[in-house]
Amino acid sequence: MNDPNAAHTEAEAIIAVANLVKQFGRFAALRGVSASFHASRMYGILGDNGAGKTTLLRILAGLVPPTRGEVTILGKNNPREVCREFGYMAHPSLLYDEMSGMENLRYFACLYGLEDARCADIIAAVGLDPGLQRPVGQYSQGMRQRMSLARALLNDPKILLLDEPFSNVDIRSAREMVKLLARMRNGGKTIFVVTHQASLLDGTADEFVWMDSGQIINRTPDLKFMETA
Amino acid sequence: MSAAPSGITLATLTKDLRLEWRSKDAINSMLFFALLVVVVFSFSFDPVAEESRQIAGGLVWVAFLFAAVVALNQTWARELRNQVLDAYRVSPAPANSLFLAKAMGNFLFVGVLEALMTPLFVVFYKLRVLGPAWQLLPVAILGTWAIVVNGTFFAAMSLRTRSREIMLPLLLFPITIPALLSMVEATTTILVGDPSTSAKFWIVLLATYDVVFTTGCLALFETVLHAE
Amino acid sequence: MKKAFPILGLLTAGLLSYALYEGLVVAPKEQTMGEVQRIFYYHVPSAWTAFLLFFINFLASVQYLVRRDPKTDKIANWVVITIGVLTCVAPYAIPSLVPAGARASSIATTGVALVGLYFLIKKFFSEQETDMLALTTAEVGVVFCTVVLVTGPLWARPVWGIWWTWDVRLTSTLVLWLIYVSYLVLRRFSSSGQTPVLAAALAVFGALDVPLVYFSIWFFRTQHPQPVIGGGGSIDPRMLHVLLINWLAFLCFAFLVCWSRYRLERMKREVEETQALEALLEPRSALR
Repeated sequence: MNDPNAAHTEAEAIIAVANLVKQFGRFAALRGVSASFHASRMYGILGDNGAGKTTLLRILAGLVPPTRGEVTILGKNNPREVCREFGYMAHPSLLYDEMSGMENLRYFACLYGLEDARCADIIAAVGLDPGLQRPVGQYSQGMRQRMSLARALLNDPKILLLDEPFSNVDIRSAREMVKLLARMRNGGKTIFVVTHQASLLDGTADEFVWMDSGQIINRTPDLKFMETA
Repeated sequence: MSAAPSGITLATLTKDLRLEWRSKDAINSMLFFALLVVVVFSFSFDPVAEESRQIAGGLVWVAFLFAAVVALNQTWARELRNQVLDAYRVSPAPANSLFLAKAMGNFLFVGVLEALMTPLFVVFYKLRVLGPAWQLLPVAILGTWAIVVNGTFFAAMSLRTRSREIMLPLLLFPITIPALLSMVEATTTILVGDPSTSAKFWIVLLATYDVVFTTGCLALFETVLHAE
Repeated sequence: MKKAFPILGLLTAGLLSYALYEGLVVAPKEQTMGEVQRIFYYHVPSAWTAFLLFFINFLASVQYLVRRDPKTDKIANWVVITIGVLTCVAPYAIPSLVPAGARASSIATTGVALVGLYFLIKKFFSEQETDMLALTTAEVGVVFCTVVLVTGPLWARPVWGIWWTWDVRLTSTLVLWLIYVSYLVLRRFSSSGQTPVLAAALAVFGALDVPLVYFSIWFFRTQHPQPVIGGGGSIDPRMLHVLLINWLAFLCFAFLVCWSRYRLERMKREVEETQALEALLEPRSALR
């Protein structure tokens, strides 16, 4: 892991948000978030419920427009223009329960204009069996999250936006996923992980971004902040 | 490396058909519902053969409309379950491909229902077609598409509203009135077979309706899909 | 601006009273229908007012949709100008295009009105304001439309003995009323983030529907002849005079009501924005 101060002087920021505000009626989910993020890093986004973590991720993915403020991703102001470079994963699986993993991925591959062969490779990469005929609805939570991650990885995205990828997942699967993510980060991907299980990322994530009440309150290289907070 | 939109439409359509075929409970309950509708209508209106030709056109299409609404409410049910629409929104796939695939799927589905209900109506109402029967085919195709194209669009709109299931017919029925009138009049004209009348105007009007609203739906669907 | 409202209110009240007097007393008694016919002076201006309001709603909805993206905005401008030019030129250049029952001059007037109103709205209303304008005109339009649908049967019953007939204009008005009531229901039932966009899309669909509704019912009537409410053919010039006075009075009244409603909506949105801003600034949980 690099010294965080040096990191900011290296490569250009590939994601920058400035004064991001998001309000749902009277509820202010984000109240002026400004930050920049760099390539080939893994960021753990931590905080309590309602801190704004999911909202931030959804704005980066282009699913939700901000009320005010700017988002710049890979040089573009509209996330949807660079949607090919994202992989997005959320707590719902974003998969069809009635189809097998391979069938799901084949369909999503078609949306991106990719070939079928890729699907089998990706499924194997997340540690599942491409030949499994069982419908996704019958998977265990760990398998389902891994298949959802496979879907997010399908288009070989530069940026991964993962919202609670480890929730309800058994420890072994979770650790495998973290190892996989670390390999991807070392291979050049930028990864954002929103999670309540910060300990899983201890030692792997490059930086932890702490959020509370719709703002970023700190950025640290390790989890020591949690003990003092 | 981008996918052809038609390829995406086809893939989405085949996926939906495959899923429908596998689960079969939606199809089965819909078919039974269609049968029930025909029987209930037959109890309510028990006309002599001469009268039945006058009213059958209206009855048949109202029955189709109600069956269609139940089918249309299911359009996005699978996508809602695991927020699959988010995956679609995040992908570069054009929104219109999704719309066309869903509309065509609904068209096939409602077509199957109509194919089941029609012989039942013929039997219960002792219908005989006195006019040019071949004209019933364009009426059925254009009429069903009219209901389905707007129905799929409004089903997507009602995803964002409270009381989703009632919003769909509430939005759909007023807009569909000219199409409904055309379908009913065309069918009645063909059934009655009066040589001084012709269903041609109604068929042309239906075709115009279809073109206008298919264009409108394609133009606005992307906006509706991505509305926050 | 604030002073103008009461002055206009008084003027409108005066105009309405004058129009009432004209309609009930001065206008000549109709030959066949008698005094009942005087409801004509409320039925027709209400209809014209409702149509104008819905027309403005359509233009405002289109603007709301196209102004979200500068490219579509420019294209829309050119489309509107083209339509305006075509409606002014085509009916005179190619007379056969004019459908039966319409005059070239009325088509041209509609075209000019369309272009004029479109650019007027563009100039004076910001993007959010076009949404408020759309909401206002829809609500007031529905009210006037209801008046049309109530006065129609009230007129038909004593004269023809029936409450309802599939008269082209009356039925078209009914369908328009249904479409706009569904529009208002959609606005009420959708969550506030996307309401303007969804409602604008529905308004565009409704507008596309109107000519189709009209033609379908028109042809239906040629197959199934029915009594015509409102009378066709020429109209006595004295009656026309009273009709136009009433229409002017109704327009002023509609303008006043719209203005009030618009101000109310603007205040409501300002309050909401202030509340949202307050929620933004006040600290939520204390940091542990």
